[in-house]
Amino acid sequence: MKLRGINWRGAMLAASVALLVGACDLKRAAVLDPKGPIALAERDLLFDAFCVMMIVIVPVIILTLWFAWRYRASNTSAQYAPTWANSVKIDAFVWSIPAIIVIALGVLLWRSTYKLDPYRPIENAGPAIEVQVVAQDWKWLFIYPEQGIAVVNQLAFPAGRPVSLRITSDTVMNSFYVPQLAGQIYAMAGMQTRLQLLADQPGKFVGRNSQYSGGGYSDQHFEVLSLSQGDFDAWVAKAKQAPGRLDAQTYPAQAAKSRAVPITYYSAIEPGLYDQIIAKYRHSGHTHTQNQGQGAGVPARR
Amino acid sequence: MFGKLTIEALPLYSAIAAGGAAVTVGGALLVAIVLTWLKAWKYLWTDWLTSVDHKRIGIMYIVLALIMLLRGFVDAIMMRAQQAMALNAGGYLPPEHFDQIFSSHGTIMIFFMAMPFMTGLINLIMPLQIGTRDVAFPWLNAVSLWLSAAGAALVMVSLVIGKFSTAGWTGYPPYSGIEYNPGVGVDYWIWAILISGVGSTMSGINFVVTILKRRAPGMTLMRMTPFTWTALCASVLMAFAFPAITVACGLLALDRLAGMHFFTNAHGGNMMNYANLFWIWGHPEVYILILPAFGIFSEVVATFSRKRLFGYESLVYATAAIAILSFTVWLHHFFTMGSSANVNAFFGVTTMIIAVPTGVKVFNWLLTMYRGRIDFHPSMMWSIGFIVTFVIGGMTGVLLAIPPADFLMHNTTFLVAHFHNMIIPGVLFGYLAGYMFWFPKAFGFELNRGWGLASFWCWLIGFYLAFMPLYLLGLKGMPRRMETYNDPTWQPYLMVAALGAVVVLCGIASMVIQIYVSIRDRKLTEDRTGDPFDGRTLEWSTSSPPPPYNFAVIPTVGDREPFLEAKKNGTAYRRPASYAPIRIPSNTPAGVILGGFAFVLGFAIVWHIWWLVIVSAIVMFITVIARSSDDNAEFTLSAGEVKRMEDERFRQLGSRA
Amino acid sequence: MSVVHMSEHEREEAETREQRALGFWLYLMGDAVIFALLFATYAIMIPGTAGGPTGKDLFDLNNAALETVLLLVSSTTFGFASLSVRTGNRSAVIGWLAVTFLLGAGFVFLEVREFAGMIAKGAGPDRSGFLSAFFTLVGTHGVHVTMGLLWILILSAQVALKGLTAPVASRLYRLGLFWHFLDIAWVGIFSIVYLPGLL
Repeated sequence: MKLRGINWRGAMLAASVALLVGACDLKRAAVLDPKGPIALAERDLLFDAFCVMMIVIVPVIILTLWFAWRYRASNTSAQYAPTWANSVKIDAFVWSIPAIIVIALGVLLWRSTYKLDPYRPIENAGPAIEVQVVAQDWKWLFIYPEQGIAVVNQLAFPAGRPVSLRITSDTVMNSFYVPQLAGQIYAMAGMQTRLQLLADQPGKFVGRNSQYSGGGYSDQHFEVLSLSQGDFDAWVAKAKQAPGRLDAQTYPAQAAKSRAVPITYYSAIEPGLYDQIIAKYRHSGHTHTQNQGQGAGVPARR
Repeated sequence: MFGKLTIEALPLYSAIAAGGAAVTVGGALLVAIVLTWLKAWKYLWTDWLTSVDHKRIGIMYIVLALIMLLRGFVDAIMMRAQQAMALNAGGYLPPEHFDQIFSSHGTIMIFFMAMPFMTGLINLIMPLQIGTRDVAFPWLNAVSLWLSAAGAALVMVSLVIGKFSTAGWTGYPPYSGIEYNPGVGVDYWIWAILISGVGSTMSGINFVVTILKRRAPGMTLMRMTPFTWTALCASVLMAFAFPAITVACGLLALDRLAGMHFFTNAHGGNMMNYANLFWIWGHPEVYILILPAFGIFSEVVATFSRKRLFGYESLVYATAAIAILSFTVWLHHFFTMGSSANVNAFFGVTTMIIAVPTGVKVFNWLLTMYRGRIDFHPSMMWSIGFIVTFVIGGMTGVLLAIPPADFLMHNTTFLVAHFHNMIIPGVLFGYLAGYMFWFPKAFGFELNRGWGLASFWCWLIGFYLAFMPLYLLGLKGMPRRMETYNDPTWQPYLMVAALGAVVVLCGIASMVIQIYVSIRDRKLTEDRTGDPFDGRTLEWSTSSPPPPYNFAVIPTVGDREPFLEAKKNGTAYRRPASYAPIRIPSNTPAGVILGGFAFVLGFAIVWHIWWLVIVSAIVMFITVIARSSDDNAEFTLSAGEVKRMEDERFRQLGSRA
Repeated sequence: MSVVHMSEHEREEAETREQRALGFWLYLMGDAVIFALLFATYAIMIPGTAGGPTGKDLFDLNNAALETVLLLVSSTTFGFASLSVRTGNRSAVIGWLAVTFLLGAGFVFLEVREFAGMIAKGAGPDRSGFLSAFFTLVGTHGVHVTMGLLWILILSAQVALKGLTAPVASRLYRLGLFWHFLDIAWVGIFSIVYLPGLL
């Protein structure tokens, strides 16, 4: 089965193998393989909407190709109706089909947007662990106010426990992105955004900045560790042994521009450091003191 | 004396950047040498650069667009090559250079490829379709062209002198602010957009007035061609959306030049306001680009299916609905900025609603093909390729319109794939269909079909190869704009995407060859009738290329497809009893002078050469005053002159085989 | 034959004027979009004083009221100029344009003085986001008025040199639209910037 020197059977085989490998690879694609209820709900939404739309997408593609072939000029046996250009019935049909689909999707959208509001705490999963996140050039600082520690480029938490993130930036706009657990939200200086996440099982995931922020952007990723409670306690204890401390004096050096920064632990933090990072962009002006820490311009929300 | 400009501004920091500069300068020199050799400078100046004829202005717009398409594509293939090799800090581009490339790619493709292409096609065809002799404000039209060219020239010059922006085509602050980007790159970006934006606003106003006030007698609104309808809606959007980007970029410029604090991190700035201002323009812009493409598809599908357009009214209402709704969806570009669920849900739903009129249009094209007699002219192939591919992009767009799904996919290559899926098969295929459809009208001979089809297949296959992997990479969580990455499972996809770019390159090469072959064989495909495709609308009733006055006698319209109707009734190609003299706007160098000094002005501001800013502003001001005080900007073509040109036309008509 | 041509010519001229009027209206609407966005930006940035002065600390209602009077009266005097165009009274047109120019120039003078005073107090546009928005909004209007003044000068010269020909009259009509539009924009500034800033 050779045609002009091309081994068609071999090529087909190679293509099938490539597709199969690709399919296996995609099964593990971050968005398609969520590891927590938030990301799972978001992905399911994607799937539901995709399936609903296939109801109209697939027929349109097939009809286009079929009409193009069937009514080709050389096919004189096909009907030809050069002036047929109106039909109230068809008009009603073509307006109502997309409308019905959009109404269905709109309901889905409205409900899910409330349910998956990143500001809304995860319910029925016990008390959340608080982590404060600071985007820096070009790394991520995670502050654990309850534990009194801070980590660069590693976010660890106990599996099965909600994590409540408060996010800001000490540089340009970033986007905090953990596709397998929570999706993303922007990090902006002088403001705070929020994100909730929960990992069902212990595991290791990738987090990134997805908003271009300059030369070190490509290396600005971090490790997300979901640990058993015991391992998490051990992780905190290890962090507590670290030599570095983070306070108003040492912070500027830590926050200075740096690329591909290794995971670094800080055994102690100055209380209120995170609020200071936000406040320094606000000045001590009389208009802002009362809602410090709340996102300016973002509708005031808890 | 020269502000910030020093010898350091030359791109000697990298061999690749220096190479790019050399190609730009070399290309400009080559063009200059060829023009001198052909002794064509005078012809170029009198017949083209100073022309206010809408057809010539349209052609010049399209030439600008095609040149910028080449430049933007070079950027694209460089990015694809970089990402295909960039695993673990591989690749050949340093981050600072890669960042300029993705910024200039987006800026060029939107502002200096798609916008001029669209404006050019509207200029070339719309006045012919509504049966008028020119646009409402011919010299303003020339000014618009030369301001667009000035903006494009600023982007090109940034390749040679200084650097371009690294802030992406959206230029989000605070990254694009002076604190984080003290160089000249962002300034080049701002002034290129501000200058060309003024041109686009004026084009929008010009087209709206032309369509509303200059239609041939009998051409009611509901008898206008679908292309004219989409041009009208797009022009309304241009007139009212472009002021928003003028404000966004203007305020950013004030931040950078005057130390103001609109979008800075501190001192009371608010970067979120920029995102709003930018996308209040940015989303209507998507429809500014795609509505005229929809209009072209409507014309092409009807003509090459040899059938009336199905559901004209539906199509018109859908177009108007899209235009209005386009102003209500901008927030979906930043669902991830922390707005409340109320706000996100509202904008998500408005976004989805746009899918309804768009879906209606798809069905209309489909039903126009139904029971037609389809001729697979390249323009028709672009249209079929468009329908099949565009619905996929529409589907992914609706997915991204769901805020929680957007949290997963925003800023990833899925988003990149989605908007390319709208802009390449939607916008660009539409313009290319229009280019191959109306080329004989502009030049009097047809484009070669075979190379047109080759180009189509390369573009289509190349598109799928280049962007389907990006959808999948988005699902794998790959953010956009990455210069390197450390996930080895991404690389195979990026290699396929790079292969896709190479296939698209073949498509572009086919287009170049097509132009060469068509010019070589122009005698064989000469269009003597002015109507090579059995056209339906007025632009086909005049000669190819049309005379300067378009119509010796302004036609009276009684149908949606007036020319087809005339051919059926036997009233087409009738000679009038006598001719009347025709007043035609005179050529003027004012447009090209304004454009030239707008370029100088922009360049001088970028480099802080303040005396030159003042000088060029004064020259521009005087030019505007002088030209707008001129009461005799027209000349009269005598009846005898008109008769002579029309006799020639009828002689040619008589000689057709 | 020539009579027919004249009327045809006149019809074309009338159509041209009509198109220019519509085009100018569209331009004004686009300009209104610019002002609307600058108003919105200003409203958003009122809290962004960064510890610096607020409107209450800076604005002088007397000055703003005087500016308002000058501009509103100038609109009226421009109206008289337009009426004189209709009656074809060339010197009256130039006279009313001159009065309009003086009133407009007075407005610009007051505004520049206000800006200079604020900058001298350390409350320039680079002090805070709020002041950036204030100077840009009010300054954009001021630049428009200045352009309008230049335009008045140019058209006065045209009236003097060419007389009240159809093209000149049509230019005066558009200048009138522009001048009255600036009035409306100013009323917005007065009621959105100055009044609430002091209350």
